[in-house]
Amino acid sequence: MIEKATILSAADLDRVIKRISHEIVERNRGCDNLVVIGLQKRGVPLGKRIAANLESFEDRKIYFGKLDVSFYRDDYASKIKVDIEKTEIDFDVTDKNVILVDDVLFTGRTIRAALDAIMDLGRPKSIQLVVLIDRGHRELPVKADYVGKNLPTSRNEKVAVRLTETDSEDIVILVESKEDVK
Amino acid sequence: MLSKKSILNICDLSTEEVLQVMETADSFTGISKREIKKVPTLRGKTVVNLFFELSTRTRTSFEVAAKRLSADMINFVASSSSLAKGESIMDTVRTILAMQVDLLVVRHSDSGAVKMVDDQIEIPVINAGDGKHQHPTQALLDLYAIRGRFGSFKGLKVAITGDFLNSRVARSDMALFKEMGMDVFLVAPSMLLPEDYSGLKVYSDLEDVLKDVDILYLLRMQFERQDKKFYPSVEEYNRFLSLNRERLKKMKKGSVVMHPGPVNRGIEISDEIMGKGKSPYENVLIEHQVTSGVAIRMALLYHILG
Repeated sequence: MIEKATILSAADLDRVIKRISHEIVERNRGCDNLVVIGLQKRGVPLGKRIAANLESFEDRKIYFGKLDVSFYRDDYASKIKVDIEKTEIDFDVTDKNVILVDDVLFTGRTIRAALDAIMDLGRPKSIQLVVLIDRGHRELPVKADYVGKNLPTSRNEKVAVRLTETDSEDIVILVESKEDVK
Repeated sequence: MLSKKSILNICDLSTEEVLQVMETADSFTGISKREIKKVPTLRGKTVVNLFFELSTRTRTSFEVAAKRLSADMINFVASSSSLAKGESIMDTVRTILAMQVDLLVVRHSDSGAVKMVDDQIEIPVINAGDGKHQHPTQALLDLYAIRGRFGSFKGLKVAITGDFLNSRVARSDMALFKEMGMDVFLVAPSMLLPEDYSGLKVYSDLEDVLKDVDILYLLRMQFERQDKKFYPSVEEYNRFLSLNRERLKKMKKGSVVMHPGPVNRGIEISDEIMGKGKSPYENVLIEHQVTSGVAIRMALLYHILG
């Protein structure tokens, strides 16, 4: 793995998250009926930061949940088992506008799994997708509503998102790996 | 993925694998509480319950577990099949395999019969109880129920009581509980003791351990497996081994009572403790064991087939 470039510094990352938070409030005309769900693993701290921003902008409580999509994946047979993280959604999603947060949007398969997982929990009014980086190479018709940064990549590159909560620093870098990323 | 293809004996799982399966079971416990109690994880897989011996809870538990993972589940029960017409076990297995199934859950009244099946086929097998030998998923669910109550295992004192000689549950539980660092006592008259209990403390009267234990695990008296009478009388059993209200009161605070079911009321446990709809005593974990069984079997199917 060779580090090729820094995509977002800590300060950039902070600005991007603030901007997306403002866009969410703008598009939804406030935060009525809004809940935030972060996808394990790095969508969780990102989602928490967005939820905290929404709370401070609108001065109200925003429900936040964590979602792990392991049981909904279509590629579980071909992948080495990674640890299953916790799913904690302690509120009803029915009739809510769900803000779904993930770090990197790539093939779209994780989002497909997440949509199915959320639908099994209830019937949301809408689901809006936030991604920090959209790196292209979609295999399914999935499109994000809020994008931190569009980053054209090749298949043998990998976008590494590191966050203070999980990796003790805030930075997004592009790394080159020998094999194609699946 | 687990290191062994099949789970025939509780020792087929390493300590790490046991802990991993229980962690996965935590996620599945949440799914069973939802309105839509189903995830698509094992969609398209076919699991067969192949039961050459009667069972309600184990068979149903596997069926519920497989269905909550979206696998297709087929029940094959000996009495309603060609076995009644004299077909051999292996011929039956071959017939089922020819239908391209993915996993067999097998129970048989002969010790070792499940291993014999496993040795001759490629697909994974889970032992759902073979004779007096092993019942690994029962041990896992018992351990998982204990974890739910106590959080950890090291140093917990567990007394297992009753019919060790005929109990596959005892053999699997003893091995797993010891492996997890629990302090295991046996309470049984000499004629019901297992062949091997080296290194374990043995008592013949329940009263001797009652006040000390965290977990009282009552084995089912296996009348159906006792070809000659092993114990003189029900009165004798009641005097030394049965749990009644007076004895339950003597147990220490925070301790629990477990039983693999089905309970012989008035023998292992008195009617008043069992209660009508459910036990009036919150430290009787029997229903909790059953609930744990679904989650742990989902986790096991997930790790073997997923």
